[in-house]
Formats: sequence, C-alpha cells, structure tokens
Amino acid sequence: MANATSALKTIRLSTNPSPTALRSLEIGNIVYLDGVVYTGREGVYTKVIEKGATIPLKLPSLSATNFHCSPAAAVNTDGSYNLRAVTATASFRFSKWLEKWFELSGAKLIIGKGGMSGKDYRNIFVPNGAIYLTTVGYGTGALLGRGVKNVLDAVWLDDLGIAQAMWVLEVQNFGPFIVDSDLDGNSLFERENKRISQGLDRVYEGTKSPILKRYGETDDRNDEVI
Amino acid sequence: MIDINIIHETAGRLMAKAAIEIPDDYHAGLKKAASQEDGDLASFVLEAMLQNYEAAKEDRRAMCADTGVPRWYVKLGNEAHILGGAVALEDVLRRATAEATQNVPLRPNRVHPLWRTDHNNNCGINAPEIEYAFEPNSDWIDITTVHKGGLFGTDYRMLFPGDGIDGIKRFFIDSLVAFGKRGLACQPAIIGVGLGGSKDTTMLLGKRAACLRVVGDKNPDPKVAALEDELVKIGNSIGMGAMGFVGNSMVVDCHVEVGYCHTGGMPMSVHAFCLSSRRATARIHADGRVQERTDPKWFTPYMRRETVEWQMPPAPSKQSA
Repeated sequence: MANATSALKTIRLSTNPSPTALRSLEIGNIVYLDGVVYTGREGVYTKVIEKGATIPLKLPSLSATNFHCSPAAAVNTDGSYNLRAVTATASFRFSKWLEKWFELSGAKLIIGKGGMSGKDYRNIFVPNGAIYLTTVGYGTGALLGRGVKNVLDAVWLDDLGIAQAMWVLEVQNFGPFIVDSDLDGNSLFERENKRISQGLDRVYEGTKSPILKRYGETDDRNDEVI
Repeated sequence: MIDINIIHETAGRLMAKAAIEIPDDYHAGLKKAASQEDGDLASFVLEAMLQNYEAAKEDRRAMCADTGVPRWYVKLGNEAHILGGAVALEDVLRRATAEATQNVPLRPNRVHPLWRTDHNNNCGINAPEIEYAFEPNSDWIDITTVHKGGLFGTDYRMLFPGDGIDGIKRFFIDSLVAFGKRGLACQPAIIGVGLGGSKDTTMLLGKRAACLRVVGDKNPDPKVAALEDELVKIGNSIGMGAMGFVGNSMVVDCHVEVGYCHTGGMPMSVHAFCLSSRRATARIHADGRVQERTDPKWFTPYMRRETVEWQMPPAPSKQSA
C-alpha cells in the first residue's frame, strides 16, 4: 500500500471558511471541518426553491456548509434525537437547484458524494466562490458520526421525514473529506477520469458492441436498436 | 415447532449486526485489496474505510448511514413448522425492520415512489422484500437480512448467443466503468452477475450472487468458476480503484449465477454490492437453538438443481454441475 496518509495534505477548516482559506485548498487535499453544517437535498431544495418556503435559519452566518446527506437517526420518545451515522448522497442530481441555493444561502462549501460536473463548478461554484468536498469511501458513516457533537435542529422533520429533513449539526474534527473542486473550477474526479480513460482502449481491446442496442440513450429519434 | 418470538428477537439482532459489523470474508478481501493498491488517493480511501469498520464496531453505530433498502431472505427447511405459520413469520420480519430502524438506528430510506411518503420505519407497500427458498430434509429456518443501497452499480442487458462470452465481458466492463467513475458503485465490491433465466430471474440471480455468496466462494461448475476468476482479473485491470480514483481495486470477488433461459437469448445483469457489504444470517432450530453467521449459504445443490428429479447428492461436498 502507498503511504497515503502522509502523502496527502490534511487541513482543518471552518464551516464558515474565509476567502483566503478557500483559496488555499487544492484538489486532492484532505479536509476536517469544525463548526456547524446543515443537510439539504431534494426535499429541502424542492420546499425552498420550488415552493418558496423561508429557511428558518440564519444563513450563512450560522453555517456556510451544505451537506448532501441524511443521517441514520431516530427521534426518541422525549423528542430528542439519536443520530449515530452520517453518509452523503450523490450530488449530481441536485445540479438544477444549486445556483438558486447559493443565492439564498450564501453557502461556500458543498459536501456530498461523487462531486458535480466541471461545467457546474465553472458556471455555478466559481462565481459564488464555493468549493466542493466529497465524502470518502463511500461512506465513512461511523467516522463522520463521531464528528457530530450535537444536533441543533431538525427543520421540517414532520413534513419531510427523517431522510429529507434539514438537520443542523454542530461538528468537530468532522471528516475526512477530499477537496474535489478549487476556486478555479478544477475537478479532481474529472482529472482522475481522464487518466483512467487513457487506458480503457486496452481494457476493451477485442470486445465488440452488443448485438441489441438501446433506444433512447441519445436524443436522435431516428435511432433503432438493431 | 419454531417459536415465533425467537424469530422476532433474532431478526432484530440480525438487523443491527448487518448494519454495524463488516462480515469477516469481505473485511479480509478488502484488506488484501488495500495491501495491493498503489494509487495514493485510492489507498487513502481504503485505509479510511478500514478505520470506519473499527469505529462502527467500537461505537455500535451503522458503518454507513445509507443503510440501503433492508430486505429479507428466508430459507425454510421442508420439515420446519413455525408457530403461526408464514403470515406470523412475515409479521415479525416487518416488525423487526421497523424496530431496528428506530433502535440502531437505520436511515428510513423507504418512501412511496410518487408521493414520497416516509413512515420512518423502512416499511410500506411491497416493502421490505421477503424472498423464500426451501431445503429438503431439514427442520430449521434460515433468515438472512441484506442492507444494500439501491441507486447505482446495477444494470441489465438482453444479450444473445451471438454476443458470446466476449459480449458478457464487454457488458461487465461497461457496467463497472459506468458506475465506477466517481465511485458511484461504492467499489471495491463483490460483483454479482446473473446469466439467463427470464428477465426478472436474471436480475434476482445477479443480486443474490452479489449479496448471498461470500468472498472466496466458487460456482460449482468449473467453467463458470473460471469465468468468475477471469471477471475479477478484468475488473481489477481497468485502472480504477475506490471512488473512481486511479488504482487497481474494483472487484473484491465476482460471483456468477446461471439459470436456463430462452433458446434465443442470453440475458445478463450486473450488481455491485458495496464497501460495507451488509449481510447477516441466523439458523433457528426447532428446539430453539439459534446459530448466527455471516455466510448466508443460500445457493445449495437443491437450489441449483438442473433436472426434473431431485436426488440428494451422496455427500454435501459433491454437487451436481
């Protein structure tokens, strides 16, 4: 095994990071967070952006970090929360809401699974001075659970359910995460994809296309499957 | 007569065990993959996952908060009798699912596909799935729970005899590359391949191959076993590792299950289990004894029988091809 932990630069970062701190992040850095993060995925985005609900939190002063996630959590009979593990969900599905979300929330960090497209980084993240952190694995649910010190709120819990509510979490040494995008819009995942693609012709060598194609995988309606 | 309360208690324990404890066979397989991984980022990911398994066990918390869509596999011995019958059995499996969602806790992932209604208990219309199988000359019941994610890493394709083994390899590579990029499939994983059957059977066989066979297990047909070995090598030569970073660890093991299919076709499915490979099994005997294990032992010679008549093989190690 490569001596990975020592080779990769590790950084402690606030969930309300300064522009200088964000500028210093490079793709492939390892990050641990301190402060407050909130979860938000399709349920929250639909409620706020499409239905016009007001976010009942002071953003971004409370937190500038939006985590695409839902916890493995339960509500105790006394109304307190039992939150044990935390794992992200894939972010590419939320692309259409992010521009508006940045405008409403002032977020500077988006955390999730698998990053977003380089186009989204250049067109949406860069103008908002924001960076994408990916979770590791996936997922290090127990390690991230250890980093949660307190559940501050679970907004819209009755309305959206545990898996879609907006959980507000006080965190310390919360990680690990990997920096996928920088302030110039570079993407670690796209860099790795390019490197791997160079070797794929060799992997595919000698194989041929399947006899039956699939209709609908392009927008060309003249396609047929044979 | 098997006591329904023992099934209920056991089912609850299995839900927690599956969510929290990495199975030994997969843990050993991943440690081996980590020792051979030379990509720096991919290595970092595997090290973090190995630490995560320890943290989960120490703290008794779920390894991964996306606890998938929990489901059940039940194998009934032909001579087993359950107090209350099959309806009582289904009742306690549903109750155990709901209770574990609250107690472990699991993430309540199950929602209505259109209205997104969430009962916060992983139960609902047609959920959780409960599949059944049978075993001759036995008076026990085996129950297995699998917590598998449900969004990425699985695909289906109708291939034809003319596509041949080459076509199988092609679709295997396609599926791994497609869902391996950015690590959507949560690799390195146990990959299950279903070949043949009708279309729904193809999907079921591939899923069971991924979730119900352990690392190191081989298909009893030596030629299918050789294909399994070859698919492992192909997967690990793509140049991709954990999270889609440059590396060499995509496949911890590959299991192929076959079913007789239409003479004109060769349907195929590919299923990636994940970096947490969550499964747990218990055998409950008629006298109340309970034995827990992590190998579901789902595929038996009886399950894979290929002729009209069933004759018990002379020794358990001898299996019909």
